[in-house]
Amino acid sequence: MAYFECIHLGKTYKTPTGNAVIVQDFNLTIEKGEFVCIIGHSGCGKSTVLSMVAGLNDISDGTVVLGEREINGAGPDRGVVFQAPCLLPWMTAFDNVMLGVDQVYYHATREERRQIANYYLAMVGLAGSMHKRPAELSGGMRQRVGLARAFALSPRMLLLDEPFGMLDKLTKFELQQVLLDLWNRERLTAMMVTHDVDEAIYLADRIIMMTNGPAAGIGDILSIKFERPRDRSEIMNTELYYEYRDHLIHFLEERASVRPALAG
Amino acid sequence: MAMNTATTANPATSLEGEKPSGKKWRYNPHKVAHTLEKLGLGYFSPIARLIGRDEPAKQVRAIAQNTFLPLLAFAVLLLGWQVCANTVATDSQKIPSPAETWSAWQDMLAFSAAERAKEAAYYQSQGERVARFEAMALQAHEAGNTQRAQAIEKRMASESTKVYQGTTTFFDQIGISILTVLVGFILATLVAIPLGILCGLSPAVNTALNPLIQLLKPVSPLAWFPIVFVFTTWGIDQAPASSIWQRALFTSAGVVTLCSLWPTLANTAVGVAAIDKDHLNVAKALKLGWFKRLWKIVLPSSLPLIFTGLRVSIGVGWMVLVAADMMSQNQGLGKFVWDMYQNGDTASTAQIIIAVFFIGGIGFLLDRIMLVCQRLVTFEEQTV
Repeated sequence: MAYFECIHLGKTYKTPTGNAVIVQDFNLTIEKGEFVCIIGHSGCGKSTVLSMVAGLNDISDGTVVLGEREINGAGPDRGVVFQAPCLLPWMTAFDNVMLGVDQVYYHATREERRQIANYYLAMVGLAGSMHKRPAELSGGMRQRVGLARAFALSPRMLLLDEPFGMLDKLTKFELQQVLLDLWNRERLTAMMVTHDVDEAIYLADRIIMMTNGPAAGIGDILSIKFERPRDRSEIMNTELYYEYRDHLIHFLEERASVRPALAG
Repeated sequence: MAMNTATTANPATSLEGEKPSGKKWRYNPHKVAHTLEKLGLGYFSPIARLIGRDEPAKQVRAIAQNTFLPLLAFAVLLLGWQVCANTVATDSQKIPSPAETWSAWQDMLAFSAAERAKEAAYYQSQGERVARFEAMALQAHEAGNTQRAQAIEKRMASESTKVYQGTTTFFDQIGISILTVLVGFILATLVAIPLGILCGLSPAVNTALNPLIQLLKPVSPLAWFPIVFVFTTWGIDQAPASSIWQRALFTSAGVVTLCSLWPTLANTAVGVAAIDKDHLNVAKALKLGWFKRLWKIVLPSSLPLIFTGLRVSIGVGWMVLVAADMMSQNQGLGKFVWDMYQNGDTASTAQIIIAVFFIGGIGFLLDRIMLVCQRLVTFEEQTV
């Protein structure tokens, strides 16, 4: 059995005029240590899939299995990085990370827990400003805290919901690098939702292309064969990069609205 | 050119960048002015900027305006007051003029000082008496007369526990009033915040309590008084006259509690119910326990609204207090006003006017203190 599996996953909202099917029959397996990106047009339901996996949204149909166990509700075994960093504004960056660390490493001593939080904040480049509050941090720095908070949990799986969607291009590049560096060290199984084609190619082992809603599902899957660790400018100089890029853009422009027989 | 601007960087910006550790502390008018504004002392912020020579002309204008306009309003008030003093009169008294009020204030100060002097004199002579007894007791001991020595020591002990029984002065009454309002306000807070949290967390509790809250909120303190009176008479023993914890104080405080708990209750409930969904998602994703969620997420995020409620509450409490003191005969400002009203002459009315200024001033001060607390707990909202 695969490490992570979505089996006939679906989301339906009951409305007065009938059922609104957002996601239908979403089947996906992810191997341990694999980095998967889900790409699709905004509103297609990719975030819904992720939040169901995170346990923040109820599952209507099917199941999600993680590490041979069916998930039931949310929990710190999945580290979530939200689109808005969702830091608690009354706590410092350090305390925001500690909140989760305390929860997961409740058996460790206070000093050990502090070291864990310290380590991850230093890893994302915030060693100097970990005792600042979110209001004093820039958008990019806040999302670094978000990354540190998720990695510090040592989760079975990392879930990223368009984590860099609100950042400018330069900051986005920096943070993709921070994410990849951390990921290269820990090789967490990761599932990331994005609508940025270049981001997906740079980060992912596999890219899942979702069809447009309603009743969105998997339209196509693309394996990214670049060696790791990757160098952005190096891979961008290969022809393969542009083949991947064309494939993805072609899907998004031409095929996303057609629900193919492939799904299911 | 770029190099040039870098080397002659504005000292204000270079200060902000790094901690001034090792460096000499420098006066930063912006920071001081900002802090003053945060503390509700905005009046002084142009002065702070002026000291830092930040746009001096503008600051002088601001200071002049901030000083002159309120003074102008006050002068108009004095004028109107004087006109009333010259026209409004009954058979037994008239509205005292500002000058008469001022001299009444001088009398109050003199009376209070005299009372303090009497008190000091009493305690001095008490000390002398005790010292004499002590010497006598020592003498008796040395003479070997233990029985007599014990009798003297007993008298000494009873002498030293005696307290001065003087007249309550205006300033004593101010103290009692503040104490009463604090007791009532703390009680109200202890009831309102937990209840508000329950209402905010549970729609069922909110539905159950809401009609009751709406019903009891507008009730006048004068209507609450007889009911609170029955409770305190039943539940609180009459304290000796020397104690400040009189039953009447608790009756007044109870009325303050019943009238002032509603704003805090309502604000707490709203604050808890309106918590940001993102923040709750964090709690959910980390699977925080009920208590931790309350303590780390729900309470901090609703603190600003809770403190807004507390600020309104203490204002209501102070307003209600004067009426409650009048009825319960608690030795506070309300009783002072009532007693002066019973005197019914012009000088007493002048003292009532003094009391009005003090009631307003203390109310303003309490409000400012709560405003500072409110600003301290208000975090700057994330701007994503």
